[in-house]
Amino acid sequence: MTKTTDKNVQNTSPIKQKGQWKSFLNYIVIGGILIFFLIFSMVGGMKSSTQYLLEKIAIAMILAVSLSMVVGFLGELSLGHAGFMCVGAYLGGKTAVLLVPALGNGLPTLLISLVVGGLSAAICGIIVGLPALRLRGDYLAIVTLAFGEIVKSIFMNSSSDSFGGALGLKTPRYDRNSLFIFSFVLVLLTLAVVQNVIRSRHGRAVTAIRDSEIAARATGISVTRYKLIVFAMSAFFAGIAGVLYSFSNQTVQSVKFGFNYSIEILVMVVLGGMGSINGSLIASALITFLNVRLATVLTGNLAVLQNLIYALVLIFIVIYKNAPSLSGLREKMRFQNLLHKNKKPKGSE
Amino acid sequence: MTMAEYVLETRHLGIRFGGLKAVDDVNIQIKKNQIYGLIGPNGAGKTTVFNLVTGVYAPTEGEIYLDGQWIGGLSQEKINHMGIARTFQNIRLFNNMSVIQNVMVGLHHDPDFNSGFLSTIFRLPKHFQVEKGMRARALKLLELFDLQGEQNEKAFNLPYGKQRKLEIARALATDPKLLLLDEPAAGMNPQETDELMETIRRVRDEFDMTILLIEHDMSLVSGTCDEVTVLNFGTTLAQGTVSEALSDPEVIRAYLGDDN
Repeated sequence: MTKTTDKNVQNTSPIKQKGQWKSFLNYIVIGGILIFFLIFSMVGGMKSSTQYLLEKIAIAMILAVSLSMVVGFLGELSLGHAGFMCVGAYLGGKTAVLLVPALGNGLPTLLISLVVGGLSAAICGIIVGLPALRLRGDYLAIVTLAFGEIVKSIFMNSSSDSFGGALGLKTPRYDRNSLFIFSFVLVLLTLAVVQNVIRSRHGRAVTAIRDSEIAARATGISVTRYKLIVFAMSAFFAGIAGVLYSFSNQTVQSVKFGFNYSIEILVMVVLGGMGSINGSLIASALITFLNVRLATVLTGNLAVLQNLIYALVLIFIVIYKNAPSLSGLREKMRFQNLLHKNKKPKGSE
Repeated sequence: MTMAEYVLETRHLGIRFGGLKAVDDVNIQIKKNQIYGLIGPNGAGKTTVFNLVTGVYAPTEGEIYLDGQWIGGLSQEKINHMGIARTFQNIRLFNNMSVIQNVMVGLHHDPDFNSGFLSTIFRLPKHFQVEKGMRARALKLLELFDLQGEQNEKAFNLPYGKQRKLEIARALATDPKLLLLDEPAAGMNPQETDELMETIRRVRDEFDMTILLIEHDMSLVSGTCDEVTVLNFGTTLAQGTVSEALSDPEVIRAYLGDDN
């Protein structure tokens, strides 16, 4: 009996170590990207359009990773993620407007705004979540959708001296040379928090709820409590992304945070693969890149092509990922297989 | 009051769904270390009794006591924390999680492994301590069911018999006083059923466990149960030892029809 146990421990430990290396891969890659652009900006002076693109990508990454907690790990559909982002953008942005005269447009203002924006979004998450999380599936999706629209119209109809009404809230722009760096640091922090929670006993409880709510309850997991926590955490990071958006954009307009934007974030999570954080990261970077590039390349009359190309690309990705006839190609193009291209024939012999 | 005489006691337990009385006046008394069977034809209300005892439904009539404590109408989570764990008629594992993780979820509420959100977010030493302890404890449970070889396998990749065992291991991980097994032998061949009987008896002996089970397989019932209650149309037909209950004319009529 003990012999078999020892064998097993020996068998599993190398696998575990490999897995541990892999689990830090995304920090390393994003940290690498950050350092690369940091050096790039110090040496050559980056174009402000590139900085803007990087900020947008970082924001999308935070949004996708946070939504992935709800959709991929908790297994509930939320269609109001842009609504939480909207709350963060307005309240964080307003905080910044009020603080700039006193503290200046520096790091303290940014940090306080982030906390205010994140917490207010999280509180909204709890307020929406308390009644809504008793619902399931489609019904929860509809309630979150309604929440997004309500938030949008509240800010739309605000008076011009509170949140700017339909014209939007003018927010201070943060130093463009350092905002993208700060944004990627926030991506890393978001990743660390989300992944550490998921890879713990709390994360196991959450995925247990996803796999079988009835069994999770019978096993003593407080389902409602965990759903609420995940929902609030996800909203918190969406709020943070909103604050970054307000610093990056200079104006916050509630029309931007409509249903379409929520769907776009959902698309990033779904394309990246449910329950795959790395997938969400890659998908959010690609989709944002595509969107921003298309918007700059296709101007004038060609602008109508933007949505068409965007839609076509999404369709092709979905076909590529799911079509049974392409499974051979997918296998060939897999990341691990590309890495070990040279070794592979040897191993198969 | 002194120590409760029964681990589980129901008094006049009943539930009404609209006009339908699914369970009516069921009185079960299970002593410590007993293996108690709940049998009866399909639709007799056996699983409904399980759902009442585990808090899926709140009883509309009667009382349920666990170790002398009133538990009728409490939430499923609370009832599990108080000491009732169960398995399901149609296996409900956490399919996309590994075998060992399934058991670790069962250890979630163990006071030994109580690491809060802060310690997991900041990866404090407490977190690693808890993870290590949980893994070791879960592995021990898996070894008892000879599942340690498949610990990193996804739960849904296990063969049927092992899935049943894993479900029992997960239930035991919650450290219950009473284990409810809902048709554990369903879909098993005679050899697997024999093995299961062995497992059930071992669980009783090694965990000092009290077990209530629903089963259609009479060889398993007579091979394991000390006492049974026979239900039909939500009411009690007979109670007693297996041979007593099965020789009761009412029971024979319920199973085989009027002409016999």
